[in-house]
Amino acid sequence: MADRHLEPDTPELRVRWGGFAFSKAWDAKAKTAIAKYPDGRQRSAVMALLDFAQRQVGEETGTQGWLPIPVMEYVARYLDMPVIRVVEVATFYFMYNLVPVGKFHVQVCGTTPCMLRGSDDIMAVCAKRGMHKGHTTDDGMWTLTEVECMGNCASAPMVQINDGNYEDLTVERFDAVLDALAAGKTPKEGTQDPERHTVEPVGALSSLQQMVKANHDYRGEW
Amino acid sequence: MPKVTVDGIELEVPAGATVLQACELAGKEIPRFCYHERLSIAGNCRMCLVEVAPGPPKPQASCALPATEGQVIKTDSQMVKAAREGVMEFLLINHPLDCPICDQGGECDLQDQSVAYGRGRSRFHEEKRAVTEKYMGPLIKTTMTRCIQCTRCVRFSEEVAGVDEIGALYRGENMQITTYLEKAAKHELSANVIDLCPVGALTSGPYAFEARPWELKKTLSIDVSDALGSNIRLDSRGREVLRILPRINDDVNEEWLSDKGRYMVDGLTRRRLDKPWLRRDGKLVATSWDEAFAAIAAIKPGKSVAVVAGDMVDCETMFAAKALAGALGSSLLEGRQTGMDYDCSNLAAVNFNSGLAGIEDADALLIVGSHVRWEAAVLNPRLRKIAKRGGKVFIVGPEWETTFPATFLGNDLAVLGKLPKAAADAFAKAERPAIIMGGAALGKGALAAGLAFAGQFKLVREGWNGFNVLHMAAARMGGLMLGYAQRGGIADVVQAKPKMLISLGADEVDYTKFAGSMIVYIGHHGDKGAHAADVVLPAAAFSEKSGTYVNTEGRVQFADKAVFAPGDAREDWTILRAMADALGISVGFDSFDQLRTAMASDVPALGREGVAGYGALPNGKAGGKGMIEGYPIKDFYLTNAIARASETMQRCSAELLNGEVFAEAAE
Repeated sequence: MADRHLEPDTPELRVRWGGFAFSKAWDAKAKTAIAKYPDGRQRSAVMALLDFAQRQVGEETGTQGWLPIPVMEYVARYLDMPVIRVVEVATFYFMYNLVPVGKFHVQVCGTTPCMLRGSDDIMAVCAKRGMHKGHTTDDGMWTLTEVECMGNCASAPMVQINDGNYEDLTVERFDAVLDALAAGKTPKEGTQDPERHTVEPVGALSSLQQMVKANHDYRGEW
Repeated sequence: MPKVTVDGIELEVPAGATVLQACELAGKEIPRFCYHERLSIAGNCRMCLVEVAPGPPKPQASCALPATEGQVIKTDSQMVKAAREGVMEFLLINHPLDCPICDQGGECDLQDQSVAYGRGRSRFHEEKRAVTEKYMGPLIKTTMTRCIQCTRCVRFSEEVAGVDEIGALYRGENMQITTYLEKAAKHELSANVIDLCPVGALTSGPYAFEARPWELKKTLSIDVSDALGSNIRLDSRGREVLRILPRINDDVNEEWLSDKGRYMVDGLTRRRLDKPWLRRDGKLVATSWDEAFAAIAAIKPGKSVAVVAGDMVDCETMFAAKALAGALGSSLLEGRQTGMDYDCSNLAAVNFNSGLAGIEDADALLIVGSHVRWEAAVLNPRLRKIAKRGGKVFIVGPEWETTFPATFLGNDLAVLGKLPKAAADAFAKAERPAIIMGGAALGKGALAAGLAFAGQFKLVREGWNGFNVLHMAAARMGGLMLGYAQRGGIADVVQAKPKMLISLGADEVDYTKFAGSMIVYIGHHGDKGAHAADVVLPAAAFSEKSGTYVNTEGRVQFADKAVFAPGDAREDWTILRAMADALGISVGFDSFDQLRTAMASDVPALGREGVAGYGALPNGKAGGKGMIEGYPIKDFYLTNAIARASETMQRCSAELLNGEVFAEAAE
């Protein structure tokens, strides 16, 4: 895991984000999230609210968003809970960005299945384009993070860019996705293998062949 | 009451006990880091593993496992030993081997337990984790690389202190304990996390690199920084007390101590009076004991003598001064330096009758004119327990930052006579209602109204006395028992215009009112009292004499002498005994034992350790009036002469209360 840290609490940061408040739409969502829990247990909604706050910051900055300290303090006030408890949650979960990110937050999975299927090549593609782990490129377009398993092992290797998953990547396919994003287009999410629809087997079945026509009990054959 | 078997010993344990507690009842020692009796169970250090049947065939964390009927627990099997050795190896992976330069060395849980469960050498060849230091204020020194993430400090500040400021950020190997944005821990019990820390991650800042625990002489004593009489241990080397630690006493301070009680220790060696001083031509000049006593004899006060006792003196000193004044024919004794004049004819009316431990059982509480966090820091966690158990707490007086839910009822004392409906309902329904009268209320003459309140809501009932007065001076209850109270307070003493005023370390008195008196100051610090004195006789601080103290609940406790007083300073009673000779009178004791015997025959309760009963409450008189404009303590860290002389307390006051910024020393 990358070395995570909080963005330093500077006067500039206070000026930029000190006046943060939920917009009408996010405020309504926050109220709904809090209403899911019994009275007096509003703290339970902290994860949802941090997500909303990050997304609103994202809308304002044109990125995936992140959580400046004044915004975490706002969430703490909103939920009437100590700030340190909010910061504990925000620093624990990897999905909360603690520092500003670029327009596209490239999250490359480096866990074993993806690594065996070639995540090192994917990393190399990123490196060639000037991305370093934990950094944003100078043009503010790309932030690279190596993440742990995202649960797409059947279509490894995969990359999550902002909220979209791009799977079954090769060097060429990944290049194509990044080029499309850079050009302002919206590439298709999900598998990038033209022969695949979702994560169904590619080509002929190699296992569970008798299950094709009807349910089959394999247990006797073990 | 489940029956369990621990290593072949069958025993019955209380319902709800954990396996760890069952093992302790069986006399087995279970190693632990995260488990602490007074904190919630975390179960994250895994050191307390035991083998339990029935259950999964693996070791179980005993601290978090309830003891149930028929359990067979093994604490010494091969599996348990191997499991604990494994846990220890994991804990030591990232723990630096810097015991020789660690202040916790010699009193470190990890060090002690690694003797029993350590493998002797590490198999870990990777890089060790390193964690940046965190700033936690002037009292707590951090070395976070040593942290084993037991989270005791996090749980203490959240559960006991009620100030959520320490937290565990990040996760897994990167987890770090820190205060929010590395701000200083800002509450009165913050230094207790140093005692709780099982390793050397949080150590004492002012005591850093002073001494090793095995060099220190341990003396049992009583804290004099407030009226709670917290039980403390003085650790001294040679002639200096190096640190103060709390002792466990569930009836008084549980196992906590306020930051002031703990860290005013460096004030014991600064600004000390170590030789007698005489005022000549308006200036204090150093002199000898003989000349000082000659000057006192020259006053020839006759009957015209008065004694004012300070906040930190022991009962023996007050009794010796009382005997001296009595032999001269005066009974002008007063201890309430700031002019309070509440009625002391019945001591039950000025006592903390519920008891410091008993107050936890209250289910409705009215605090009148007391900033409890500052006036009795160690009591505050107990009041927090009331609120946590669902009790209602109401406060009359200016708002202060409570650590528990409480309703402020305004500053007007008239509210004692007619509570708002919510409060009145809570008190009418309560089974154990209680009131705490603080110094600000007594100063406004609200004692009678408080007693009337006690009558109205039946605060005294079968097995319960809910009327409490919370004092702020360690000497107060002892002084009142010895008769250090005039009907009109110190104003009576002023009016009597004594020729000689003996001041027993009284630093809060307005001495300008005693312009016509010769002021003999017997004390240990060159503070306000000494500045106003005509004769200064250097005496012993609380650590330098044996003494009897009575806390605000009337608990008589004895303190021992740790070190000798500096220079020419003497123990207070010997000074008063020598003064008697100088004045040509007899006080009836020649040794400390004779003094104690005489005191016990005068006030028998002072001869017995434990709570002195004061009998039934008197009736009150309704009609409290006046506004509480403020609390008597303006600066928590600088309430007495020792604390004012302490650099640590000065720094705390400047940084934590007045917001001064100190650059961190580069290391």
